[in-house]
Amino acid sequence: MRPVRLTMAGAAVALMLAAACRPVEDHGARWSKARGPAAVKPAEPSPATKGAKATEVARTAALYPVAPPPFSDGVFPCSECHGKTDVVNRTPHPVEFHEDIVLHHDEKNRWCLDCHDAQNRDKLHLADGRLIDFTESYRLCGQCHGPTLRNWKAGEHGKRTGSWNGAKQYLLCANCHSPHSPHFKPIKPKPAPMRQEAIK
Amino acid sequence: MRELPTLPLPAPAPPAEGYSRREALVMGLFALAAAATATGCSAADKLAYEEFVQKHFKDLSPEELKDRLASMEKRYTEQFGKEVKVSATPPMPGVLFGYALDLSRCIGCRRCVYGCVEENNQSRDPQTHWITVLEMDKEEGVNLQNANAFYDHETVPAPGKFYMPVACQHCENPPCVKVCPVQATWKEPDGIVVIDYDWCIGCRNCIAACPYGARRFNWGKPSIPKDELNPNTEYLGNRPRQRGVVEKCSFCLQRVRKGLYPKCVEVCPVGARKFGNLLDPESEIRYIIENKRVYILKEELNTQPKFFYYYGL
Ligand code: SF4
Ligand code: SF4
Repeated sequence: MRPVRLTMAGAAVALMLAAACRPVEDHGARWSKARGPAAVKPAEPSPATKGAKATEVARTAALYPVAPPPFSDGVFPCSECHGKTDVVNRTPHPVEFHEDIVLHHDEKNRWCLDCHDAQNRDKLHLADGRLIDFTESYRLCGQCHGPTLRNWKAGEHGKRTGSWNGAKQYLLCANCHSPHSPHFKPIKPKPAPMRQEAIK
Repeated sequence: MRELPTLPLPAPAPPAEGYSRREALVMGLFALAAAATATGCSAADKLAYEEFVQKHFKDLSPEELKDRLASMEKRYTEQFGKEVKVSATPPMPGVLFGYALDLSRCIGCRRCVYGCVEENNQSRDPQTHWITVLEMDKEEGVNLQNANAFYDHETVPAPGKFYMPVACQHCENPPCVKVCPVQATWKEPDGIVVIDYDWCIGCRNCIAACPYGARRFNWGKPSIPKDELNPNTEYLGNRPRQRGVVEKCSFCLQRVRKGLYPKCVEVCPVGARKFGNLLDPESEIRYIIENKRVYILKEELNTQPKFFYYYGL
């Protein structure tokens, strides 16, 4: 089976060219058609939204203080490129620009927008449509991996650092498992111990 | 004041003129030696004398302990050319430490081994490791006879293999403690089995008695590059050791008695290592023991380890 390839690097160049010669108000529709990101920054969030976001983050922090989500350099916020008014093609299709992402995670049944929200790209959504922050992505993972989420909350699955009797930091699922290809990759071990006869 | 159980040692003889019988005897010997060499008593003699007549750690009064820690700090600071702190943090009441390690997740990367070396000031040359990571066949299961600690793959985990890191199991019923002729090693109230390197006579009975191969002997003079020394040390933990004494994992006493996770927990990239208070029903360690398939190494020996291997998957 062929993993879905999200290719977009080529589009990045085209995007810059195009951004220079297109009327700004037109960008959303055009770029959605071209399956590339919008080149225009979204409007500043209103103070109200900002406040709401802060509260949300605070609530999450109180629940499970998590490590920062492992975004690749420069990709977040997603709304830098994806406009709110983009016309979205919801049929799974190869996506340009994000070509480094190879989907190896139930890719027969799932696609970008099953987790990423098309209207608010800076959020994820649960199966029922509720929006969540990337710092709460464990709720999304837990929809399929229920027992694992339960074990993660109890400290059995995953890594926690800090204090055994106090404040801890939880690694998010995504800190260890790439959500697009979750299998843990083999790594190079540290050197073997010296054999006793070699120790002088 | 440390609330430690008193040792079943013979009651000390009443002090004569401020000295115990043992001290008086030793002083006499020193005086004889000094007379024989006709050098008199120098400051170095005094330090040597103090070390020679030192009391057992558990018998030190708070003032005596303070003095000992201070003179140790002075010595290590000189030796390593940087400020070294030596503390004797007492155990927390109501705490019994336990450790769990997920055999289904450990990938044998040995990050824990080297994290431990740095945190606990193990000798770099000759090499001392408190943790040994054993590689075994998945098909065979735990079989120590076919375990390999010297595996050397390009990447881990190797196909068909699983990994079992072994260090001191902090036995509730520790054979190493029973065989020590001088009580240089004992179990603390929080369950940590400790060693007083200054009391150890290097007889290595404990090494023979430990069924887990957890203890290491300093055959050579331990050496640590000055800039790599971890200066936050504990008397019963990671302070620099000398040649001729035994050492082993202390559950990172210098960290866990201050509420921190042990270093190996912090460095394990897959989160296979878990630590906490066995007496706290809300702790992750209790959750694991109550909900997971737990494996105790050499359970049949009744050493009652407080180190639990488990299968998270
Ligand atoms: S594992 Fe060995 S050194 Fe550690 S407490 Fe048990 S017998 Fe003693
Ligand atoms: S650091 Fe973790 S995964 Fe690596 S060998 Fe140690 S316990 Fe196993």
